[in-house]
Amino acid sequence: MTDELPRTDVTADTVGAGALPAAGEPLLRIEGVAKTFGTFRAVNGVSLDIMAGEFFALLGPSGCGKTTLLRMLAGFEAPDEGRILLGGKDIAQALPHERPINMMFQNYALFPHLTVRDNIAFGLKRARLARADIATRVAEMVALVKLEGLEKRKPDQLSGGQRQRVALARALARRPQLLLLDEPLAALDKKLRESTQGELMELQRRLGMTFIIVTHDQEEAMTMASRIGVMRDGKLAQVASPRELYEAPRSRWIAEFVGDINLFDGESKLRDGHRLVIGTRDAGALVVDEPREPVGAGKFAVAIRPEKVKLSRRGPVSEAGHETAINRLDGVIADICYLGGTTTYKVKLDAGGTVQASVANSARLDVNAYSVNQHVVAWFTPDDCVVLPS
Amino acid sequence: MSGRRIFARPARLAAIAPYVWMVLFFLVPFGFVLKISLSQTAIAQPPYEPVFDLTAGWEALRAAFAALSLDNFRLLASDDIYVFAYVRSLTVAVTATALLLLVGYPIAYGMARLPTRWQAVAMVLVIVPFWTSFLIRIYAWINILQHDGLLNQILLALHLVSQPVVWLSTDSAMYIGIVYSYLPFMILPLYATLAKMEPVLEEAASDLGAPPWQVFWLVTFPLSLPGVGAGVLLCFIPIVGEFVIPDLLAGSNSLMIGQTLWLEFFTNKDWPVASAAAIVLLVVLLVPLLLYERLQRRQLEQGR
Amino acid sequence: MRKLSRLSRFNIASLALGLAFLYLPILILVIYSFNASRLVTVWGGWSLRWYHEFFGDRAMIEAAWMSLRVAASSATIATLLGTLAAVALSRGERFRGRTLFSGMLYAPLVMPEVITGLSLLLLFVALNAERGFWTVTIAHTTLTMCFVAVVVQSRLGSLDRSLEEAAMDLGCNPVRAFVAVTLPLIAPAIVAGWMLAFTLSLDDLVIASFTTGPGSATLPIRIYSEVRLGVKPEINAICTLVIALIAVVIVIASLASKLSSSQGESAAPL
Repeated sequence: MTDELPRTDVTADTVGAGALPAAGEPLLRIEGVAKTFGTFRAVNGVSLDIMAGEFFALLGPSGCGKTTLLRMLAGFEAPDEGRILLGGKDIAQALPHERPINMMFQNYALFPHLTVRDNIAFGLKRARLARADIATRVAEMVALVKLEGLEKRKPDQLSGGQRQRVALARALARRPQLLLLDEPLAALDKKLRESTQGELMELQRRLGMTFIIVTHDQEEAMTMASRIGVMRDGKLAQVASPRELYEAPRSRWIAEFVGDINLFDGESKLRDGHRLVIGTRDAGALVVDEPREPVGAGKFAVAIRPEKVKLSRRGPVSEAGHETAINRLDGVIADICYLGGTTTYKVKLDAGGTVQASVANSARLDVNAYSVNQHVVAWFTPDDCVVLPS
Repeated sequence: MSGRRIFARPARLAAIAPYVWMVLFFLVPFGFVLKISLSQTAIAQPPYEPVFDLTAGWEALRAAFAALSLDNFRLLASDDIYVFAYVRSLTVAVTATALLLLVGYPIAYGMARLPTRWQAVAMVLVIVPFWTSFLIRIYAWINILQHDGLLNQILLALHLVSQPVVWLSTDSAMYIGIVYSYLPFMILPLYATLAKMEPVLEEAASDLGAPPWQVFWLVTFPLSLPGVGAGVLLCFIPIVGEFVIPDLLAGSNSLMIGQTLWLEFFTNKDWPVASAAAIVLLVVLLVPLLLYERLQRRQLEQGR
Repeated sequence: MRKLSRLSRFNIASLALGLAFLYLPILILVIYSFNASRLVTVWGGWSLRWYHEFFGDRAMIEAAWMSLRVAASSATIATLLGTLAAVALSRGERFRGRTLFSGMLYAPLVMPEVITGLSLLLLFVALNAERGFWTVTIAHTTLTMCFVAVVVQSRLGSLDRSLEEAAMDLGCNPVRAFVAVTLPLIAPAIVAGWMLAFTLSLDDLVIASFTTGPGSATLPIRIYSEVRLGVKPEINAICTLVIALIAVVIVIASLASKLSSSQGESAAPL
């Protein structure tokens, strides 16, 4: 078993053969790519750089264009506009078999008439490798994805997880410069999906390869990817690290799409140094940190994640005592949702709105648990808030 | 959609050979039928006046167009033999299709209610006779229906009749033959829709107070109508043009259109009239053909 | 048990009667083919007499041989053309003349045989072609390729398109992807199409009557002219042989498909 695959191309007939990017240059550069089906603009001017060794996730709801974008990278669709540069070479119009890119298909697309071994060897045979080399490489791949002993089985004699591994081995066998994964874990159940996520990340790190994954599952994208591109209506809405995406979403839509969030619409009232006071209809005046890009007057939404909202019986004494600009919202517990690790409380505010607070269940016997109709104070600090254009 | 386009170009090239074949051996011959149906009978070999002779030039072509006539169609409309033949073809087809539905529905219904494992077996059992020759199946019935055949022997032995009944060369023999030959075509589409139906629907109906016959009449039957439509068309269309069964099993005093066409062609050697009869037959079938085509396209789209 | 209870007595009776109706006539025919008596309806004990008679009947044997040759060659050509047509229709997306193409392809399915036969005869006469083996073969190919196309197209339609894409992704050009992945997967449908074409050709009386020439009758034409003259025990024997031949073809084909699908299973240590 080899831990490291030499990054040489197996195919002499591939377009990008040997064309690795210079240091600092992106491996893949997507420039203003657009694709229209009939009157539907599936991908609408996407530009994106992907560096070698990245684990990049394309995240978005169904129909956002992420799969179309992936299929353009694989060569199954030709973009109507824009360029796709791999190692500096435009491959936008190259056919799938001419690209040093491989794909792991959503439902794996394993050839049902071929054994595990022949499925893995399929791409190697097309590259006209010597028979002995193919055998070595297949054995390497089988060991890599831990499928020893199953080489002679056919896909319909494998479990879902095993099939997923065969698909991965088959796509990796040609040692592509770029591996595309289309919803690779969607067909697995929750437990298996979580363990496979870890294995995929481990594999990617060990091989030092570049992965682009398409998923609609934000948790999956957050767990695995080093960078996430959120797509909406054919456009890239934000490209950021998981943390940045969650803590500093660029728009109201992204804030709502990624994770749970409380949103309060309002208008900015006054500015106090680096703080803003925003008058909201549902929660009264809220004090927030001014966003990085300064904003003028106008309509805004104040966004706050449920786990950043704390609850107290009488109000925050310790931290809040010396901080005058704290946001304190009085209310009544309206609903309690116990989720195991956390409990979500819905607090009906005296000001009219509702705020969700997610509290970690850090003790087994929760003597401090709140009950419905109990009066509480929901509070949070200005830097926990994000100000979003409305 | 266009990963498919990469595939589409070579796939389209595959159309060339079958395309050329079908134009040559389906479309062109069909033009011949049309053309000859418009030309005059001649006592010659081939027995018709050629309508177009492209070697003769433009003038001849104009003359040829002038010579085209609807005489053959006029003959078909005025001669009782042909009118009767069309009417008989349609009545036979309607009656036989109704009989097929009556016989086929209970069988298909029984199949759909079998345990899943047995359904496949039953399906094979229904299809297998279809693989044995059409002619052989008709011949098997001649064996049984003839004057001293098995059926009369049994009827006599049971004292149901005092002397042999004449079966052959009657309409009943023909209907038996048609029902026997076309039964799989009726059963299979019916079975396909009945088997797809959720058993829960029938259970829900009886849960809501419907007695069995109402369950069938208000739920099962209406839901099986697409299958009924497919089965009816699948049987009706070929029965109208049927030749072998009426020829071997029915009497010779009233002919179906397929038989008349055959007679005109082989016995009277009147090719133009035979061609005209073929055209009329096709026109008669146009409505059910189009219906069938629509039904099939819908099923194909649903299957996708 | 619950499933069984859905079967009413009426269901069982109609199934039993239906199957009896389908099989009894054929069974009787087969039994009577071994009848020693010349009188078709009088049982004279078991005998192979009529089989001897058939094998001594030169004209019948020749007709049977002609039918087999026509069936084998027309089924082969039809399978080739029908498969190509199915590929074009299910993978060619939109192309010019597609509607005409599919219309022409499916029309013979529902067209009365007398019309198909008549039109082809008119063509052959106009071309001044000598009628015989080749004209019947062409006619049967035209008829049966439609059936092959339908069978193969439905298989192609149900095939997961991402398999072909995966093959291209792994370095196949479209044609190679078809040969390496699609073709093996639709092979059972192609075999079934060939068998269907073979039996349809073997079965056909009307189109063959129109398109064949003097001296080259097919088996159905011979049987038909004999049957019109009355029932002969020899015909029983011939029919039984044809049924046996078709049964053998069906059994071989189903065994072959079972074998190919179980290859992987036997190797797997399940």
